[in-house]
Order: sequence, then structure tokens, then C-alpha cells
Amino acid sequence: MKTARLKVRRGGHGDATRYDEFAVPFEEGATVLDALVWVRTHRDASLAVRYSCINANVCKECTIAVDGKVVYACTTRLVADRAMLLDPLPGKRHLRDLVSETRPPRERLT
Amino acid sequence: MTHLDTQVLIVGAGGAGMYAALAAARAGAERVLLVDKSFVGRGGATIMAQMTVAAALAEESDDDWRWHLADTLDAGRGLCDETLAGVLCEEAPVRIREMGEWQVGWARRDNGRIAQVTAPGHSRPRCCYVDFLNTGPAVAATLRRQLSRIETIRRVSNLLVTDLVTVDGAVVGAVALDTASGEPVTIAAPATIIAAGGLTRIYRRNSASANMGGDGYALALLAGAPLVDMEFVQFFPIGHLAPRLVGMDPIMWDPFRYKLGGRLLDGGGNEFLARYGSDETDAYTTPRDIASYAITQEVAAGRGSPHGGVYLSFEHVPPAALRAAFGPVIKRLAKNGIDLARAPVEVSAIAHYHMGGIVVDARLASPVPGLYAAGEAVGGANGANRLSGNAIPEALVFGERAGREAAVAEPAAGWRHSAASAAVARIDELAAGRSGEITAAQLLDRLRALMWDDVGTLRSAAGLARALARLAELRSALGEVAVGPGRACNPGLAEWFELRASLVAAEAVTRAALARRESRGAHQREDFPDGDLERATSQRVALDPSGAIAASLAP
Repeated sequence: MKTARLKVRRGGHGDATRYDEFAVPFEEGATVLDALVWVRTHRDASLAVRYSCINANVCKECTIAVDGKVVYACTTRLVADRAMLLDPLPGKRHLRDLVSETRPPRERLT
Repeated sequence: MTHLDTQVLIVGAGGAGMYAALAAARAGAERVLLVDKSFVGRGGATIMAQMTVAAALAEESDDDWRWHLADTLDAGRGLCDETLAGVLCEEAPVRIREMGEWQVGWARRDNGRIAQVTAPGHSRPRCCYVDFLNTGPAVAATLRRQLSRIETIRRVSNLLVTDLVTVDGAVVGAVALDTASGEPVTIAAPATIIAAGGLTRIYRRNSASANMGGDGYALALLAGAPLVDMEFVQFFPIGHLAPRLVGMDPIMWDPFRYKLGGRLLDGGGNEFLARYGSDETDAYTTPRDIASYAITQEVAAGRGSPHGGVYLSFEHVPPAALRAAFGPVIKRLAKNGIDLARAPVEVSAIAHYHMGGIVVDARLASPVPGLYAAGEAVGGANGANRLSGNAIPEALVFGERAGREAAVAEPAAGWRHSAASAAVARIDELAAGRSGEITAAQLLDRLRALMWDDVGTLRSAAGLARALARLAELRSALGEVAVGPGRACNPGLAEWFELRASLVAAEAVTRAALARRESRGAHQREDFPDGDLERATSQRVALDPSGAIAASLAP
């Protein structure tokens, strides 16, 4: 079976830049978000990633950078046989792993 | 620790919650707090709705809200709460026209009238929409725009309500987890509206946002409120199955079936709905419960498609008609390798909506003082099977009533910090981190599999008993779940509370399904295939005196 590899930014705000690499079973048509959900279920549940609508790009929550390009994880297809580099959204305050501060300022508690 | 004080607390910010906030402010509430564990106005079911909205507007033909009510009651297979269903149908037109005035963008005919189509189960053209497949996003955006203009409404995203706080049997507020910081928050509120949507996330195949895990039902049940019709989970019959489709809601095919008459075919390419008493020679008319049952039976009999569904074919439709009906969607399908002129797609039932919910009166007040509900969280209006197009009117109509009523509610009891302390302590205890062999993500995965396998479209006493045993195992495993350290954006922390709520909701569904020894609407029993006239009564699920979840016939 083919695998996909994800290099995923880890750590919280202000931590030194660090990546964890995960090998994920590759299925034709699968998305980066599918792979991240698989990692959370089967490898590392502590990985923080925002998502809600799963595959319809309506909630816009899963916006991240894949290989340096800003995309929705839910509509970006997984690629087999090479490592994809996953980072939080650039230009926003980094919170943890792939999560950055994307809430409108008026919707934050603190 | 942060403490918030509000007049009306609204849990969940989809269509129902957003409208409830507007209505509470309009009714004079000086402080309204609208919270969502995801993002305000971006999670939940409303924004996912690509389909139609039913209201007796009489734009295309004579119509009357009483005829809409008759169709709603008929679809509900004898179990609708006629008062709630009546409120829904009577007030839908004013809410839908108001959305039009707020520039939602209802599709219109050349003569300027709002376009209305005949969705299955409706006796006349009654269902409006925003092209193309944009009804829910447009409704959500319109409500977000209205909200942003009102200073008395405070919106907070990433606030997950973990517990309602009760004093002398009345709800006086809530405890929440601020998932961004990982800190507990207490909220004092004389009136709380549960608008947290349904529970479809507890099923492996579902069409909802990831945040619809039954939280609202669990909060209400554990605060002492009864639930009704919990056995009735609507499985949308033609959820997309294969080839893999991204960037689209899996239930997107329905409007194209109305417009173009897409044909449902078994694995051998033959039509089969007629064998289940549904003639589609002239139009697409099969109600959701019957279509889901037919597809499940075809697959069980070995007549399914390669991925375990059936085929949906538009190959008989001329390409020009396909392009006119699908518009820009044709290109999005092409990106997914789908060419409808050349090949069918595979579809099968997918958990879509929950008919059951919190027992409320016509004021949307539950029997527990201080506790209201709105939208999908409400039980009763849709009985055993929801009519197409009734979900968004339900969100708006019930949201409006609940917000208006909650704004003028007399406080039944005062806030007490001591009543919240156990719930706050649990957040702090989990946030300190806990070692364990299993994670909440793994247990949620198991929960979704067992609900799909044993509490899905075809049920039996043996399967339901097996499900209850597995749910008990998962519940006892809750105490052993590992939670990684760190408060800010710690997914394990939020997920523990979501798992706890989902297990309560799943047990409520399963107990009600086991007790209903007949088949009706969305609840189909292999061991009791027929309806039982004696059982045309709703069931309630509540905590018994020992604190266990129990089903009984409604009074």
C-alpha cells in the first residue's frame, strides 16, 4: 500500500520551530485533512488542528499552509511518496501546532 | 477565573442560535451572550445546508401554511407535536420573507417572484433556495451581518459549554471551557437557550459539521430536562459515496434530482424504488425514510454498487440541460473526476438530521425553569421523519420565539458559584494532564462505528443490546482517557467533554430505539418490520431517580 508523509509543525506560541513526521496510508482522492484526522486518531491525539465542515470548504477553519502555500486542508489532495510540509497560517499569531489565531477580534474572550 | 454575567445565554451559533440572539436583543434584553465551541456562524448545520427551505409563500401556486402543516404531519408518521409543527409552518413565511429583505438572495423567476420547487413530500411547489447550492452559507452570512450591527449581543467563539449549572432545579447558567486558553469560564444567566444542533457526528457516515455531536441533548438531559423522539435519526438517502468528492457537501445531489429527475439504479443498472411502493415515473417523490430503507435493503440483498450503495444516474439528461441546472457546479465535479453525462455516481444513506430533541412548549421553554431550546436541538416538531426543507425554517422560527421568550423570562433562582464548582474542578483536573492507554479520539472513532453498525438504518433487539453494552464500556473508559498536558488549544481537553456528551446522546438514541418495538419513519426494526397502530405515541428519554438514562412512553 502507498503511503503519504506529512511533516507537521509542532509546539506552541513562541516555541522553537519543530516538525514531526507522520506516515499515513494513502487512498486515492484523500485530502490533507483526512490524513490529519487519521494521525489524530491513530498516532497522536495531541496534534492540534482546527476543522469543522470537513470537506465542503464553507467553514474556512482548516486554512493552513501546505508546502508554503495557503490552502484549505479539506480540499487539498494528499500526495503519495513525498513529504508534504504543513505549517500554520502565516501572518497570524501561532497558538499551537497547526492552529493560529483566526478568530475575529470581537469574538475572542480574552 | 473569568466570570460572565448575561441576561440570555445562547449555546451554539448556527442559524437557530444567531436568530435567537437577534430576537432576544429585539425583545429588549440588554445583555445577550452567543457562544459557539467552533466559530460563531461558521460551524453547525445551517452553513452546510445546500438545499431548500420550505415556506407557504404561495409564489408559484396557491398555498397555505395549513397545507404545509398537513404535509409535515404526514411526513412525521403520526408522531409530530402538532403545536410545534403548527408554529413552524405558520411562522415560516414571515421569517423567509424577512431573510429576503435582508438580501439573502433567494433565487427568483424572470417575473421577480421567489422561485419555489416541489421537494419530496410537499403537495405543491414550496421550497426556495439560493443558487448554486448556496442556501445555508447565504443564510449564515445574512445572520452574521445582522448580528454584527447589534451592540448588546456579545459573540464568543471557541467557548465549549461543558455543564449547565442548576440551583433548586432551575438552570442559572453554565460552565464552559475556553478552548483557546484551556481555562474554565463561569456564566450566570437567568435564561439559557440550547441551540447546539443535532447529533449526526456520532455516526460514521454523516453529512454534518464535525461539531454536531449531541452536546445540546446531553446538557439538557443532565440538567433534568426530558428528551423526545430520540430514536428517530434521519438518514439522508442519497449521500455521496464514490468517487471521492471534496469541496462539496455529500448531500448535494437532491436539488438536481428535483430539477432533472436523476434516476436511482441498483448495482445491475435497474430501477428499484417501485419495489418499495414508490413510483417515480413522473417526478422525484420518494420520501427520505422510504428511500433510505429501500437503498439499505438493496445493498443487504447483494444488489448494491461496488462501494456498497446504489447508482444515481443523470446519463439520460442532455448535456445542455445538465450544464443549465448544475451551473458552475459542473466544473467542481470535473475537478473530482465526475462527468455526469458519461457515468453515474454512487450514493448511500448518510446520517443527516435528528428529529428527536429537548421537550419544549410553544414558548420553546423546557420543563426545567431557565432552560429553552431552538432549532434542531428541539424535539417533536418533525415526529418520526422530517419533511425536506423544514430544517432552516425550524432554526429561524424557533430561534425567534426562544430568543423573544428568554429575553423576558423571570429568573427562577439566583446564580451560586458553589453550584458550578464541581464542573470547574473537572476542567482544571483534566487540564493538568492525565496518562492513559487510550485517547478520546480513538473512543469517538469506536462510538461512530458502533452507532453506524447497530443503531443505523436497520435495527434489531440483538444489535441494540450489543450497542448498549459497548456504550457502557466506552463510558467506563472515559475515566481512563489520556489527556496530554497544556491548556492552550489542547484538543484532548475539548475532546474529552465532547466524548462525554456524545456518549449520553448515543445512549438516549439507543434506549429509545430498543423500546420502540415497531418500524416507523426513520426507525426501522428488522425484528418488527411493521408499524404498530398502538404505538403512535412519542417516547421520552429522561434520567430516572437513580440517574440512569431511561425511555418511557410520553404522557
